[in-house]
Amino acid sequence: MAKLVGSIKVDIQKCKGCDLCVVACPLDVITLSKDANTKGYNFAHMVNPDACTGCSACAEVCPEACITVYRVRV
Amino acid sequence: MKVTDIVNPANLVYKKNSVLNDLPMHYCPGCSHGVVHKLLGDIIEELDIQEQTIGVAPVGCAVFAYKYLDIDWQQAAHGRAPALATAIKRLLPDRYVFTYQGDGDLAAIGSAETLHACNRGENIVIIYINNGIYGMTGGQMAPTTLLGMKSTTSPKGRMYERDGNPLDMPKLLAGLDGVCYVTRQAVHTVGAVKKCRRAIKKAFEYSALNRGTSIVEVVSTCNSGWKLTPDGANKWMVENMFSQYPLGDIKDTIQTEKK
Repeated sequence: MAKLVGSIKVDIQKCKGCDLCVVACPLDVITLSKDANTKGYNFAHMVNPDACTGCSACAEVCPEACITVYRVRV
Repeated sequence: MKVTDIVNPANLVYKKNSVLNDLPMHYCPGCSHGVVHKLLGDIIEELDIQEQTIGVAPVGCAVFAYKYLDIDWQQAAHGRAPALATAIKRLLPDRYVFTYQGDGDLAAIGSAETLHACNRGENIVIIYINNGIYGMTGGQMAPTTLLGMKSTTSPKGRMYERDGNPLDMPKLLAGLDGVCYVTRQAVHTVGAVKKCRRAIKKAFEYSALNRGTSIVEVVSTCNSGWKLTPDGANKWMVENMFSQYPLGDIKDTIQTEKK
């Protein structure tokens, strides 16, 4: 069966660390980083990149539109 | 497979629309305004009407909406966005004109303008963001505040005897013949965001048919004003707001005629 492999790219400087993408992700791929961006927000990043299927749930709910999603069928 | 192989323009499935510019928004982290701005950008891009769209920004948190969406904007006095939009639409009937208003703007100070614009059946779209309080000024009680809901001007909760009942504007406006489409949506989950996108798109399409006013209410959160986390505010909204403001279409004249 074909498998979907995805990845996201977060605009770290635009991310405000609201946590909504972390909650929306059905596969627990995203978490908030311990590091902060220049504004002091703990930005979102992929903690479990292998599980990502590129479903775009995180990007849909992101209020800052700072997530870009990529997906390939392998 | 390496991340570098996946992150490649050929595999792109979701990116920010081109109507929304790169300026960081001034909204609090997790604010629903950002999602609705994004949806508006998506629809304007999808319908390819960037040059024909004129927005009317309100007074409230969304007062700076004109900074983020790359279309023509006008700034209205508090609550007067439907009156201004009426003038724009009458002078430039081929444009898509929408107002973007909060509940303090639309349901309180601008209730007369909203009611009369809808009664005249102006061919505009009204995007109504309802979070139950005056978010920008620090969380004061609005006409839409729920009974028992605490705000800075009702610290013991809203009481019917003193403050009356929450005002359900879309239900009120759906009774007017000039209104062709009234719907209530939310943007707290992926499914809700997609439904909301379809509703706003429909509203824009209806406004081009010259059949009357289209109203899209978005029940949203104000996590700073409600003193909750963004996720906590979403949960609170599901538990409390939806019983007073149930989601779904309230009126759809054009769809009903088709059946």
